[in-house]
Amino acid sequence: MTERTAFTAVTSRLAKLVRDDIDTDQIIPARYLKATSRAGFGANLFADWRESEADFPLDRADARGAALLLAGRNFGCGSSREHAPWALLGAGFRAIVARSFGDIFRQNSLKNGLLPVAVDEATHAALVACADEVTIDLDARELRFAGGRVGFEVDAFSRDCLLRGVDELGALLARLPEIEAFERRHA
Amino acid sequence: MRVTGRSLFDKVWDAHVVSDVPGGPSILYVDLHLIHEVTSPQAFDGLRARGLRVRRADRTLATMDHSTPTAPRRADGSLPFVDDAARSQVATLERNCAEFGVTLHALGSEGQGIVHVIGPEHGATQPGATIVCGDSHTSTHGAFGALAFGIGTSEVEHVLATQCLLQRRPRTMRVTARGALAAGVTAKDLVLAIISRLGVGGATGHVLEYAGAAVRGLSMDGRMTVCNMSIEAGARAGMIAPDEVTFTYLEGRPMAPRGDAWARAVERWRRLASDDDARFDRELSLDAADVAPRVTWGTNPGLGVAVDGVVPTADEAPSGERAAWQKALDYMRLEPGRPIAGAPVDVVFVGSCTNSRLDDLRDAARVLRGRKVADGVRMLVVPGSQAIKRDAEAEGLAEVFRAAGAEWREPGCSMCIAMNGDEVAPGKLAVSTSNRNFEGRQGRGARTVLASPLTAAASAVSGRIRDPRELLR
Ligand code: SF4
Repeated sequence: MTERTAFTAVTSRLAKLVRDDIDTDQIIPARYLKATSRAGFGANLFADWRESEADFPLDRADARGAALLLAGRNFGCGSSREHAPWALLGAGFRAIVARSFGDIFRQNSLKNGLLPVAVDEATHAALVACADEVTIDLDARELRFAGGRVGFEVDAFSRDCLLRGVDELGALLARLPEIEAFERRHA
Repeated sequence: MRVTGRSLFDKVWDAHVVSDVPGGPSILYVDLHLIHEVTSPQAFDGLRARGLRVRRADRTLATMDHSTPTAPRRADGSLPFVDDAARSQVATLERNCAEFGVTLHALGSEGQGIVHVIGPEHGATQPGATIVCGDSHTSTHGAFGALAFGIGTSEVEHVLATQCLLQRRPRTMRVTARGALAAGVTAKDLVLAIISRLGVGGATGHVLEYAGAAVRGLSMDGRMTVCNMSIEAGARAGMIAPDEVTFTYLEGRPMAPRGDAWARAVERWRRLASDDDARFDRELSLDAADVAPRVTWGTNPGLGVAVDGVVPTADEAPSGERAAWQKALDYMRLEPGRPIAGAPVDVVFVGSCTNSRLDDLRDAARVLRGRKVADGVRMLVVPGSQAIKRDAEAEGLAEVFRAAGAEWREPGCSMCIAMNGDEVAPGKLAVSTSNRNFEGRQGRGARTVLASPLTAAASAVSGRIRDPRELLR
């Protein structure tokens, strides 16, 4: 199994990019997808918005060094590019807090140790207003901040992989005998 | 045991569950794994790092399409790649396929094309199968009654290594299009109308089944257009039950079953349709006759309007979406409150895995025949595959495009994703038959209006967004 840093809890201020339907083409534009390794995508995170918007929220002083990103609804919709979580991780993010996520982005993130945390409308509004540090505690499945503590959902299997810092391929490889039996049944 | 009937999705899913992981996902068996150059290199590296092989190379099929040039070879025979990174990505796929024994339809070979176009063409895409690819538009293959969805690169590695994926069972939604589409209204318009109804995230977590007379009435090319864009409403996959249209398309294709095996397969495939008493988590239905040719005015595929409609103002946005609409309107610089028809056009692109098949090219040619692309407009027509290119040339379509002043290119993704140098200049407005109008999708600062091939061609000859029905009368 491939080992990576185990995810337990992260405490950080929130970098805020509170927009809905942020697609993976914005997270990492297609012209940066030609690299054949996993490294180096962080420098081009949100490249087009950074270049075209004066005062882009993630370039403000209060967002520097943040390990948590706060977004809006349907974060990571669109293209299946796993380069999107690679870019977010490369830029130092460990978890994304949003109202909801695109399906493929959510899966890709979990497989790379980037935790997607979906919160309800009231919590989201409180976080938009929150300037303090926020803690995402995966072990307790809990988000804690000055405004209180709220639970979040993550399925038991993904949580276990993240907490142990192992990837899912190991779990699949361990089941190869069943896969072979399935193939014999359906040959 | 389930007491109610099963849906098409239920039948395909249930037949592919290897086993369930306690407290977690199911192990789902993959019948066909499609590969391209952008989302696979890191997965092959992962195999090498673990000393693994491609477990079922016979269930794996590769092509190159995203970073490939669509201009002809140079005089010296070399391919005009946009940069070294693109050349190296293509070379990496060639090396990986050779090393791991994967069949590759390489650049220059007659089977090459956009991954979602060649799967069906080769007969690799079959009813009842599970099909994955590191590409969100894998949903295209659902047009054959397959369960087909996009995956990330880690999952590509999982499938290469085990032929399986860990997946949670999605919810289901049936979308029923009653009646028939009017003249000049196509599969693209139907799916754009459905996405506007659902919203860009409205089907997240669901697999869609498209049903109803209007869907049954579509050709395979049209059905693929509809299923292709399922992801633009957030759905993992879109499916259509196979029928005679499907079987006629598949019979005799190189990878389709033959002889007795064909007859047995068809018998099996007929049983895939949803049972009459199948239950869906959600239902949506619409009258196909109400659908007009559609164009998008915003920066996601859900923000669309009938081509004879009006660009909305931000005040009309649903609650909570005003800021997003304003941002989209600012980016697109179309005039709110004014008809969208008549807006000046700089570029027209006919192509992509949504609309680059023969029916699409025939539609575009229908409008272009005897007409000229307007002065100042650049029009690209990019066939989805080498096979389509050959057919279109044999049928005289290529001649129609050239005579009209459009560029007839080599197959590939081209201006759909603008990775290969085919891009829209900053600030320019493109009417495009592709599937995403996200900011910068067709080039930095490019403004994209999604439309059908008919509407794209009508806009090309007019130099303005144009209702194709006016030219088809
Ligand atoms: S044509 Fe566009 S959407 Fe389709 S596979 Fe290529 S880049 Fe993706």
